[in-house]
Amino acid sequence: MQLTSSSIGRKILMAITGQAMVLFAVVHLLGNSSIFGWLNGGINAYAVHLHSLPLPIIIGFRLALLAMVCVHIWFGIQLTIENRGGRPQQYAVKSTQKATFASENMIWTGSLLGLFLLYHLAHFTLQVISPETSALKNLVPLHNEMVPNVLGMVIAGFRNIFVSFIYAGAMVALFLHLSHGIQSFFQTMGWSCDKSQPILVKFGTLVALGLFLGYVTIPLTIFAGILKG
Amino acid sequence: MSDHKTMTLTLIVWRQKNASDAGKFETYTAKNITDHHSFLEMLDCVNEDLIHAGKTPIVFDHDCREGICGMCSQVINGAPHGGQDRTTVCQLHMRKFKDGDTIYIEPWRARAFPIISDLIVDRSALDKIIQAGGYTSCHTGGVADGNAILIPKPVADEAMDAAECVGCGACVAGCPNGSAMLFTGAKVSQLAILPQGKGEASARVKNMTDTMTECGFGNCSNHYECMAACPKGINVKFIARMNREFIKALVV
Repeated sequence: MQLTSSSIGRKILMAITGQAMVLFAVVHLLGNSSIFGWLNGGINAYAVHLHSLPLPIIIGFRLALLAMVCVHIWFGIQLTIENRGGRPQQYAVKSTQKATFASENMIWTGSLLGLFLLYHLAHFTLQVISPETSALKNLVPLHNEMVPNVLGMVIAGFRNIFVSFIYAGAMVALFLHLSHGIQSFFQTMGWSCDKSQPILVKFGTLVALGLFLGYVTIPLTIFAGILKG
Repeated sequence: MSDHKTMTLTLIVWRQKNASDAGKFETYTAKNITDHHSFLEMLDCVNEDLIHAGKTPIVFDHDCREGICGMCSQVINGAPHGGQDRTTVCQLHMRKFKDGDTIYIEPWRARAFPIISDLIVDRSALDKIIQAGGYTSCHTGGVADGNAILIPKPVADEAMDAAECVGCGACVAGCPNGSAMLFTGAKVSQLAILPQGKGEASARVKNMTDTMTECGFGNCSNHYECMAACPKGINVKFIARMNREFIKALVV
């Protein structure tokens, strides 16, 4: 099939799955930012709201995300191996005009993000990294109901310097990956021209920077003791 | 010549007898080079010295020597065509270098471009891409009226911008993936932009990109090194256009 076998087809699959994950990252950040109290009941109320969605929607959403991640990783590795073979012998002098550290290291920043994703799921979704702080095991009252203490779990996690460091490091990888990935999406989908292309590069870097700053603020403010819950 | 100061350069040149030879770098000294010498003329001087010394001259591709044909193909200090904006090797002049400089000269390096000898590579893979669809079929008959198909000037200009590609292969040489997407993008676009090319647009983009892969070129990962290397200034917007053409072909 053209989409899964051809050069541009696979590029398009990488772009669409990547961009879907970027959209998820934006929504995830907006949801997580409820930890700063803009939502009545904070992040605990947000978690209750998410889990009150119909089960098929939750499962469907998770399966779709999993599929996106798998397709992105599969073709990412396949294309990287092929591309390394495209120039079997390197030049004696390396001279780079347009390529960036981010564009040349997509496979590595992507791999770091993949590993981080496993850690993040084990930490906050499966809650097996530090089970004593698990939100599901520590219920707190909210609007006359006992709900999982997500806030307590997040704060307990990020007070640990190593945990905060892992999250901050992963967000650096996210910034690098997306600073190339977002503009790449527009180019691959053919939604760019000579005038818009440099603007899209800046736009992509800006979105990546916004996501980096937004995400890194949470462990930073908790570790610094500003956000106490 | 006497009113020009001359320079002496150290050249580190890739020497390879044929495709099966492993190849290695050899060091040469280029003497009495003025800043008016073109890069190829500088190599001519070195080759004369080599011939007088009874050695095999450095083999390199060249033809027009006026910057239009794209035959010359050398990676100079890691940059295809030497890295000067919109310049082929033959139009790169020695005034860009300083006395005592060390210059690395290598052939285009890509899996799809096997080395024939020294700095000459086999670029016929690009011809195979053209043969796969870089043309329009036309019916025989009387000569059509020049203005039978009206093409607005900006559209004709856009097609001409793509058609500027001379097929030198610098985009492939510059691409870390050895991909020919800029070349193929330009060749797909120059026809897709014009009404005459629209009829076969769908088959063209599929066939040309499939052939690109079959020939051993890598895939595009949007580094845009190709655009920096291109002596004709072909813009990566033509890769975006080819991607659009591909998506259209998928849907239709």
